[in-house]
Amino acid sequence: MKPAAFDYYKPETLDEALSLLDEFGYDAKILAGGQSLIPMMNMRLARPPVLIDINGVPGMTGIEVGDSEIVIGGLTRHYMVEHSAEIRDSCPMLAEGIKLIGHSQIRSRGTIGGSIVHADPTAELPVMLTALGGKVTVVSSGEERELTPEELFLTYMTTTIEPNEIVKSVHFPVIAERTGHAIEEFTLRSGDFAIIIAAASVTLDEEGLIESAALCIGGVDGVPVKLDDVTDELIGHAPSDELFAESCAPIVDMVEPEKDIHASVEYRKDLCVALSRRVLKKAADEAKLA
Amino acid sequence: MSIGASLKRLEDYNLVTGRGQYVGDLQFPDQCEAVIIRSPHAHAIIRSIDVEEARGFDGVLLILTASDLPDDLRPIPMRLSPDPILEKALQYPLAKDRVRYVGDPVAVIVAKNRYAAEDAADFIHIEYEVLPPVTDAVQSLEPEAPILHPDAGTNEMYLIHGRKGEAAERLKTCEHVLEEELYVQRHSGIPMETRGLLALCDEGERLTVYGAAKVVHFNHQLMARLLNKNIDEIRLVETDCGGGFGPRGEFYPEDYLIPFAAMRLKRPVRWIEDRLEHFKATNHSREQKHRVTVGFDGDGRIYALRDEIFFDQGGYIRTHGTTVPSLTQAMFPGPYDFSDIEIVTHLVLTNKTPVGTYRGPGRFEGTFVRERVIDMVAAYLKLDPTIVRERNYIRPEQMPYSNGLSALGQVIEYDSGDYAETLDRARKFMGWEQFAGKQSRARQEGRFIGLGFASFVEKSGFGPWEFAEVEMRPDGRVICKTGLTEVGQGITTTLAQICSDQLGIPYGDVSVVHGDTALVEKGNGSFATRGAVVGGSAAWHAAGLLKEKLLKVAAGQLEVPVDMLALKDGGVVYAEAGQAAMPLEELLPICSDLGISLCEKYTFHIEHMTYPYGCHAAEVELDPDTGALQILNYYIAYDLGKAINPMLVEGQLIGGMAQGLGGAIYENLKYDEIGQLVSGSFMDYLIPTSMEVPEVTTEILENYPSPLNPLGVKGAGEGGTVAVAPAIANAIVNALQEYAIPFTSLPLRPERIREALKQRKPER
Amino acid sequence: MTEKTAESSRLKTITLKVNHKEYTVDVEPRMLLSDVLRDELRLTGTHVGCEHGVCGACTIMMDGRPVRSCLVFGVQADQADIVTVEGLESQDGELHPLQKGFWEKHGLQCGFCTPGMLMTACHLLEHNPDPSREEIREAISGNLCRCTGYQGIVDAVEYAAKEMRERAE
Repeated sequence: MKPAAFDYYKPETLDEALSLLDEFGYDAKILAGGQSLIPMMNMRLARPPVLIDINGVPGMTGIEVGDSEIVIGGLTRHYMVEHSAEIRDSCPMLAEGIKLIGHSQIRSRGTIGGSIVHADPTAELPVMLTALGGKVTVVSSGEERELTPEELFLTYMTTTIEPNEIVKSVHFPVIAERTGHAIEEFTLRSGDFAIIIAAASVTLDEEGLIESAALCIGGVDGVPVKLDDVTDELIGHAPSDELFAESCAPIVDMVEPEKDIHASVEYRKDLCVALSRRVLKKAADEAKLA
Repeated sequence: MSIGASLKRLEDYNLVTGRGQYVGDLQFPDQCEAVIIRSPHAHAIIRSIDVEEARGFDGVLLILTASDLPDDLRPIPMRLSPDPILEKALQYPLAKDRVRYVGDPVAVIVAKNRYAAEDAADFIHIEYEVLPPVTDAVQSLEPEAPILHPDAGTNEMYLIHGRKGEAAERLKTCEHVLEEELYVQRHSGIPMETRGLLALCDEGERLTVYGAAKVVHFNHQLMARLLNKNIDEIRLVETDCGGGFGPRGEFYPEDYLIPFAAMRLKRPVRWIEDRLEHFKATNHSREQKHRVTVGFDGDGRIYALRDEIFFDQGGYIRTHGTTVPSLTQAMFPGPYDFSDIEIVTHLVLTNKTPVGTYRGPGRFEGTFVRERVIDMVAAYLKLDPTIVRERNYIRPEQMPYSNGLSALGQVIEYDSGDYAETLDRARKFMGWEQFAGKQSRARQEGRFIGLGFASFVEKSGFGPWEFAEVEMRPDGRVICKTGLTEVGQGITTTLAQICSDQLGIPYGDVSVVHGDTALVEKGNGSFATRGAVVGGSAAWHAAGLLKEKLLKVAAGQLEVPVDMLALKDGGVVYAEAGQAAMPLEELLPICSDLGISLCEKYTFHIEHMTYPYGCHAAEVELDPDTGALQILNYYIAYDLGKAINPMLVEGQLIGGMAQGLGGAIYENLKYDEIGQLVSGSFMDYLIPTSMEVPEVTTEILENYPSPLNPLGVKGAGEGGTVAVAPAIANAIVNALQEYAIPFTSLPLRPERIREALKQRKPER
Repeated sequence: MTEKTAESSRLKTITLKVNHKEYTVDVEPRMLLSDVLRDELRLTGTHVGCEHGVCGACTIMMDGRPVRSCLVFGVQADQADIVTVEGLESQDGELHPLQKGFWEKHGLQCGFCTPGMLMTACHLLEHNPDPSREEIREAISGNLCRCTGYQGIVDAVEYAAKEMRERAE
């Protein structure tokens, strides 16, 4: 379990990194946190001929919380988000969800941009980005573009990011007034990849009725799945256990998960219903407190 | 007195400071590294192997295939429970013309380092003709199943038939009869350190091999035999060992190949198994299917037991021969007095990694099946399952008790014990009497809680003998050489405590030497929970002989009868009053002047094993939405006669419980239909973390010392593991009494619990 | 292919501080930090248990954070400040309270996971001097132990936390 040989480049500026990407194209892989890439390389399931280590590129690490938007540099490590008091206040889902990523050792190295481009549909960051309607800024030499989650995630471990592009920053909306967030995942063992993950945001109006809501599930398709048909039904209703139970029951027919060695199709569907109900309820409870 | 005291371990200083020396930590000049090329197919004919391209690769020093090994090389023989019938399915160090599991070794590459060796691995070209595999033991017996070893002519390598009385006849007369099929999945020890070896060969053809474990002296002889060398030309050295649990330390193909490569290269050759390789190469264990029939009366008294067991051996017979299936059978009746028993076990080959022992071999499996069946009998009769247990236990006054079955060449004969007592303690601790009320109150809140029990009998102290040599040095320090080995269990501390007790010196003054064939003249090693019983007794006797000698000299000097003297506090004392008579500093030079050797050897022989026992109890809560299981309370009562170091015993029980929990819920070496191992990484093979293993309460009892050894000890190694699965399964079923799924199959994954909650029992 | 290898295996010189001591070594870019520490610097206290980032045996402290050294290339540790198990004792050889705790409370059996456990626990106590048992379990959940069932380890970390608090007073 030793990686195959590769050419190693460590650019000192973003421009340098981008021109290396232009030069090597599909032969190059970006090395950020490496917490998904290096295991694959140790198993020789990934053998990139060129690694471009962007850990020395300045200006890509940091968290900026504005009035309506949180901008997180692509190289920002998970633990920085985990320990950010600003994030706890401005985006509770992110603060909670980030803690569910692997274990502390993984969060020491893993980066926000890396998790996004890895595009594992059961991973926390893609699900949260989709649930909250965030955006991703990618750059290439001479161009910068913004992608919504729907534009970004194509299928399992695949995005529309071109081989000459780097995730510069990831953007999440600041939590609105009278809004609550919740995220929960089901794993067989603590810290593992989720079998099913669900994230929800619920906003109440001044009367305490549901004004808007979002629900996203990972683990049922190649990309995180947003269940607007479920949340649309909630609008105008007072949150209650019965409401969420009733509105989540049809999820069994809305999702088409695949089985693997850890869970059957039917079980995954059951988990979707249960977790959806729980995160909606929890988000609504949080919204009441907000 | 240090026996019975929870003393800190002598092993630990090195291990907590990073000074441990595991085999992968050793480095010699010119050292190179081997990689084993393994079959990617479950079943195939090897058509050709082309190593030329790889041979020319940068850094490659040697490539071996079966054709490079001696023509007269024998396959790896059985260490335990051998039988000539099984010899046709033994494994050669490298596959010759056919591979029989994914991971079967086909070639060896030695290169300057592991990176280079793995690079070259891509350029060995092997042409396989893929054959249909068989991956299920029952299917393997069907007439159309492909035969793994054509010479053997069948996949059913062995049939074990054990009986007492006439079970078939007795079943006909029983008031009630229950038939069930139960299954235990493949899993294994999976120590944190993978296997590894480092072999050096000097110009004089003398071999030194580091990384031996468990059964060093046996492997020493075997290595000499297979390499066709004189035993004096080989030295095996045990290093620190990152966990044993059964699989590590057996003689595997690499134990031949790495020394062989070192002999060819005359350079130190290291091989460190990587984790993915470990999952395919190192012994698996546990996979069994049982078809059980029990006959009983309306009070739950069970009279007749019949079981047919399908034992999945994998692709070859390895060193354990028939050990695991025969232990399964012989220990299957557990603590119960069944009058008529008939058990048939089919030892069947499949295209999967070969199996061997894993902590509690046969008992983990049998205890799960038996203790589930006891609860099923209780449920059938609507009786309290603990009462059904009580009605069937062997009573203390029936001891010694034989269940009429045999394993490891001896008839099972329980030496002593009171099985009801440990159950009773478990019931009290867990609040069984009040539990029904607690359970119904919880259910009113929508919570599903359940409480389950499982009784077990363990075996320990397997003979036939163990060796110890105890020497007192002129400075008063003691060296205790033992034929046992250290696999993390703390045998160094245990033997030091025993010597300390006999010789009246601090246990820290005892150095225990083990696992080096140049230093210890003989030994049987550490397995089957034999260490403290057999090796401990050997050390006790050797130290005792030394004590007698010292006291005799002292008595002569002091001109008093020997029996007036004792050893205590670093010197000779008057036994009755305890006052000092002569310090060792004075006595030892006298012995030296008199030319008296202060070194005693003892070989302790034992014919029968000794049988510790106990009871596990688990209280669980189930999440009705997800099926997730949480263990609210876990308790183990264990009677082992005498604990030399209770802290270490507790560590064995709790650590053993964590492994049992893994087997009960999480761990599964799962194969797909073409024989690929689909859970062969730490991402898919789920070893419980600190979040899954609950706090465990243990109660160590010393009520029934073994009459078979001077210390009265029974072993502690496996009792924490064997009864976890049934305790939890019984708790789940107890929580789900009105639901239909009986939980007869491991692992007990949340998905099954969730499924069960959808199937309410019809009203009876 | 051979040409490619020659290019890729070109050695890089890195300088890193390990346990307060500076080392300069030439490494292949693909060499894992765990291998650099063990095979190049001969600091074999850091163990390798899986090389795919699950078992935690290879955990070290890198720039103040616990890191799996099998998931970092040695070249990435250029200029890094690393602490391994060998760096836990004080200069005069006194054991770290965690090392004492593991010894006192039977927090190890085979000892293979111990260095990684110690480093992870060390990070916990730096940030949380009085953790609950549940917090300790959560913190060490990225480190697998096959021997102890974790209970002794939790006891050991509690013991160390108490000793460190008392010392600080």
